[in-house]
Amino acid sequence: MTPTMEPIISSLKLKYLVTHFGDVLLRFREHLVMTLVALLIALLVAFPIGILVSRYRRLEGPIISALNLLYTIPSLALLVLFITIPFIGLGTDNAVVVLVIYAQIILVRNIVVGLKGVDPDVLEAARGMGMGSAQRLLQIELPLALPVIIAGIRIAAVTIIGIGIVAALVNAGGLGRLLFDGVSRNYPDMIVAGALGATALAGLTNVALRLVERRVALSVSGQD
Amino acid sequence: MSDGPAIVVENLIKQFPGAARPVVDGCSFSVAPGELVVLLGPSGCGKTTLLKMVNRLYEPTAGRIIVNGVDAGQVPVAALRRQIGYVIQQTGLFPHMRIEDNIAVVPRLLRWPRARINDRIDELLALIGLPHDYRKRYPRQLSGGEQQRVGIARALAADPPVMLMDEPFGALDAITRTRLQDELLSLQSKVHKTILFVTHDVDEALRLADKVIVMRAGKLVQFDRPLKLLTRPADEFVTKLLSTGDPLRRLSLIEVGSIAAQLAHSSRGSGTAPCLKTTTDLRTALSLLLEGGEEQLPVVDEGGQIIGTLSFDTLRVAMQQLEQPVVDSHEQGR
Repeated sequence: MTPTMEPIISSLKLKYLVTHFGDVLLRFREHLVMTLVALLIALLVAFPIGILVSRYRRLEGPIISALNLLYTIPSLALLVLFITIPFIGLGTDNAVVVLVIYAQIILVRNIVVGLKGVDPDVLEAARGMGMGSAQRLLQIELPLALPVIIAGIRIAAVTIIGIGIVAALVNAGGLGRLLFDGVSRNYPDMIVAGALGATALAGLTNVALRLVERRVALSVSGQD
Repeated sequence: MSDGPAIVVENLIKQFPGAARPVVDGCSFSVAPGELVVLLGPSGCGKTTLLKMVNRLYEPTAGRIIVNGVDAGQVPVAALRRQIGYVIQQTGLFPHMRIEDNIAVVPRLLRWPRARINDRIDELLALIGLPHDYRKRYPRQLSGGEQQRVGIARALAADPPVMLMDEPFGALDAITRTRLQDELLSLQSKVHKTILFVTHDVDEALRLADKVIVMRAGKLVQFDRPLKLLTRPADEFVTKLLSTGDPLRRLSLIEVGSIAAQLAHSSRGSGTAPCLKTTTDLRTALSLLLEGGEEQLPVVDEGGQIIGTLSFDTLRVAMQQLEQPVVDSHEQGR
């Protein structure tokens, strides 16, 4: 660190970030892993639900309402509530379960909207040519719905990163740890490090997935 | 394939739940192999519903359909559809697949070897007159007419004996539509498919059809050759729908060759005047007569030999003969 940088780092309260960069990186990685694990499980849950809802339209009202209701529960309440449940308790498992629940409404809704948006003429052609239900889903419907589904994944990822901060309160680690520790130790530089890390993670995720989304949208509309 | 009819429809009824009356109400007819039969009628007459029962996109309420000697209702639905080509109005091409992959859909479902599929794609692109480098393009990069050609190629891919076409040219501009109609006719002269073709466009029906089925409110009103529909309409509805009295429409359905006996015998060419071919229709012949200001035009056979001349009188006589009642051959089988 050059001596001329010192006053700038100090006035911007970046001291913790610079001196404890390894620690910040560790928290960043914890947060990233938690997000990825939650997102992956959330997708595994959301796809069957979304496909089921798009096949049986009667389910759409009840299931979307139920998922919406879950989404409105304050995250801290849900995290604390799950501490009381055996096998979940404190820690990363607790956070992942809660994050999976919050991501459902976003993912399921986008999967359903994406599948609904497939041109009915295209589907009829697929049916008329003798494609079975699974073949239509895998070869026609899901590829064409992919841009909308990826948009859902992007929003869900950013939401998970945000709620993941609160999860530090149930010992799930992550960048929230820096924020809450910084507050309790009255150490502003630590808070800044946590805030910058979370912002970077959310921002990069958003940009990266948006690029994927555009690329896929061009490709499935046959314009690449 | 059996020697019998390619498609037999028996007392076919389709009633949707909650509907006051059946959409298709007791239709029976049969189509010979290689025939192009047009289902014609106003919207809501049941023609599209009837078509979609052939490949079981709709299941009949009653009656049955026999395709190539087999009851369509007894065949696994996917297997049935893979042996029936299907072309729809907005092409229904898969936008995320290249042209080659669109064409390859049914052959892949039928698990053809890769090399055979590859050859078939080239063969079909040549057949529909699209350049080879279109293989790698996406549907969006093609014009509407080109997309519909690909739609037809895709339906032909596995060489199905039967094709269903649901207003395939309905969304195209008039010039493209006429060109595709011509192409379909020349294609059909090569592939000899049994085709059921739905349209509400009377001119299209008369141009393309070997036979036309006129439908109204779910019922089959008349099943006849185009010229017969015009000269001997079954009822007031057919008369009105097809404007059967229109002499130009009638003339357009008669080829010069079919009235060869009435041509004046003369081997004299007329200098600059255009020659008529035996395949020219009488409406075009009339236009050419009026256009050139000639009293008569020479007619040549395929070899370019003049076989006679056609005049306004020839046309008048041909029209009068159409008016005379002919013995009904009962070929419509009703």
